[in-house]
Amino acid sequence: MTSWTTPADVSDALTATGYLPDARIAQVVYLARQLGKPVLAEGPAGVGKTALALSLAEATGRRLVRLQCYEGLDEAKALYEWDYHKQLLRLQADEGAPWDELADDIFSEPFLLTRPLLEAIRSPEPVVLLIDEVDRVELETEALLLEVLDTFQVTIPELGTIEAVSTPLVVLTSNNTRELSEALKRRCLYLHVPYPSIERERAIVESRVPELDEDMADRIARMVATIRTVNVRKAPSVSETIDWARTLLALGITELSDDEASDTLHVLLKYQSDIDKVAKELSLPDPADSSS
Amino acid sequence: MKDTLTAFVAELRAAGIPVSMVETLDAAEALPHTDLSDREHLRATLGATLVKNPRHYRAFDVAFDVFFGSRSPVSVDDAMGQARPLADRSDDALRDAILDALESGDADMLRRLVQESVDRFGGMQAGRPVGGRYYTYRVMRQLDADDLLRRLLAALTTLDGESDSDRIARAEAGALVDRLRRHVDDEVTARLVAERGAEQVAASRRVALLEDIDLMHATRDEIDEIERVIGPLARKLATRLSHRRRHGRKGRLDVRRTIRRSLAHGGVLLEPQFKPPRTSKPEMVVLCDVSGSMATFARFTLQLTYAIATEFSKVRTFAFIDGLDEITGFFGPETDFSDAVLRMTSEADLVRRDGHSDYGRSFEEMVSRHLDAVTPRTTLVITGDARNNYRPTGAQHLQTLANRARATFWLNPEPERFWDTGDSVMSVYEPMCDAVDQVRTLRQLEAFVESAALPASRRRMAG
Repeated sequence: MTSWTTPADVSDALTATGYLPDARIAQVVYLARQLGKPVLAEGPAGVGKTALALSLAEATGRRLVRLQCYEGLDEAKALYEWDYHKQLLRLQADEGAPWDELADDIFSEPFLLTRPLLEAIRSPEPVVLLIDEVDRVELETEALLLEVLDTFQVTIPELGTIEAVSTPLVVLTSNNTRELSEALKRRCLYLHVPYPSIERERAIVESRVPELDEDMADRIARMVATIRTVNVRKAPSVSETIDWARTLLALGITELSDDEASDTLHVLLKYQSDIDKVAKELSLPDPADSSS
Repeated sequence: MKDTLTAFVAELRAAGIPVSMVETLDAAEALPHTDLSDREHLRATLGATLVKNPRHYRAFDVAFDVFFGSRSPVSVDDAMGQARPLADRSDDALRDAILDALESGDADMLRRLVQESVDRFGGMQAGRPVGGRYYTYRVMRQLDADDLLRRLLAALTTLDGESDSDRIARAEAGALVDRLRRHVDDEVTARLVAERGAEQVAASRRVALLEDIDLMHATRDEIDEIERVIGPLARKLATRLSHRRRHGRKGRLDVRRTIRRSLAHGGVLLEPQFKPPRTSKPEMVVLCDVSGSMATFARFTLQLTYAIATEFSKVRTFAFIDGLDEITGFFGPETDFSDAVLRMTSEADLVRRDGHSDYGRSFEEMVSRHLDAVTPRTTLVITGDARNNYRPTGAQHLQTLANRARATFWLNPEPERFWDTGDSVMSVYEPMCDAVDQVRTLRQLEAFVESAALPASRRRMAG
């Protein structure tokens, strides 16, 4: 893997993959790599928390192992599971064999189904482990993650403790729908990912929609930043900004006038009340009038 | 650096941010990997290792700016003695130069201009027990911030010359003036730190955590910030409540699913499966005093209640001053909260006489006109300071309501020691309520709504 000696290296490596980190993100990722600690990225939906992990995998040339969290996730889905059906077959195939032999046999590697967490630490070459939307699991289930995050090991009663062959780079993401436990937070470097600054958002738009003209990218970034200052129910995310830029490009709009902004607001905002409100606050023409 | 770190952690803890031992060690371990000459790198390192809750960033930033100021500190006396290359300019020329530097984004020039401004207008004297905010305010007033804003706005709008950019230009000009203010504040802070030491300055600037701000006395800025966090807060609360409802207790045995599951084990009934418990959601009726002093508090209560409305089977809200009117219709999932509050104040019929709170009359109207809203499944919540302006208390009407309701709670945002002083008649109403809570902060409000939303059998009983 490429060696990073300064946060600027991280920044360059990520930029090369199309992810534009700000100084803070670069610094925290650099620390995570140096200290071997997980990064907990928290922030509103659609600001590129998951994209950070994907780009990290690409930038380091590592394989990405992803654990998508959901309510009801348990250790059988996160850590490991015994292959029950295979064990049954083994028992039936060998009827009459001494029990000790059998028991040793069916609780051994070939009957173990590895799940993402175990897979990440058993991988001979280091990986990037993405634990996505960790706030979706129950508070109690978080404890499953602690052993892995803390010491990079997994304890399986029948096999003993399995230690990491390589240190994975771990990224956890959270949409902040609930407070994560102190125990989990304590083990991580905390990275709050807010909406990007105007300059960064413009750079993101330019890199994602390169056909767009520079002035236009600037206008779009400014407009979106202003819309976010209006108290709307769902503020536009970065991905929606990019969608908007693509929409304007596809419509062949090169000058963002009031009418056009107003007609395409629905790409950015997903509630009618938000659209009305933004149109009013920015004194844009009423979208309903201009479309009729 | 180690001493500074320990002092800094002590300051964070004093400000109410929980920083554990392990986290301090992490920070110490991370420091060698940090370019200490770059303030933002250092901020990122300390932020990532020590502060794990976005709501604590405000307090963290205040302390950070004091401890690790924008530049190496120069003592006030030194700064006075230093050569002042810009000293010969007139005040107007200085203002023009600042305007130029802001527009062109020349950070270095801006820093020097700010230093000169603080020298000239700050009037800082060693040993004066004045907080830094005062000096910042003085410099900004002398620089005529309002005029700067106007000129920036003019410059920005003529550049574009488009009508829709008005708001955008306003926002940008505002941001530039804010940047100037931050620079001035940094400069003032650096000089104060040089004089008094970081610990002392930090202690004098300490800000309350957002959830601990007194809602009755919050500043405009603080209210804006609270508004911003109340959405996410409510979402978290709703997740927690629905989660608890689903997972709190297991329901009856689900025979069908148990047998189906047993097939995987060769027909052995290994894992019993249970039906999800039947959920019972309470009905909520909220009576809010929205007269002058109580309006802010009522606003937050309503906002939080409506944000988690799905956790109640029904929500009805009433506002009163010296008359009472139903305001349920103004709120809903599709309406904007601020609009609803505006409509409420202009359209609802809340004033009968002079616009001073009249609890007695309001309870009477509730009984005579909306008694059907209160049923044995209703949780009745009343918010207000019980300051009745020496009018009849109408306690018998509240008794009527409380007798019908399943539970009655009173939230009083005043400190408990002020209850029953002056025209407050809290103790008259208290016997009729299941609980009277002092709710002064977001944290207390959240805790209350959480307990009110749970089924009666599992609620912690106050008192």
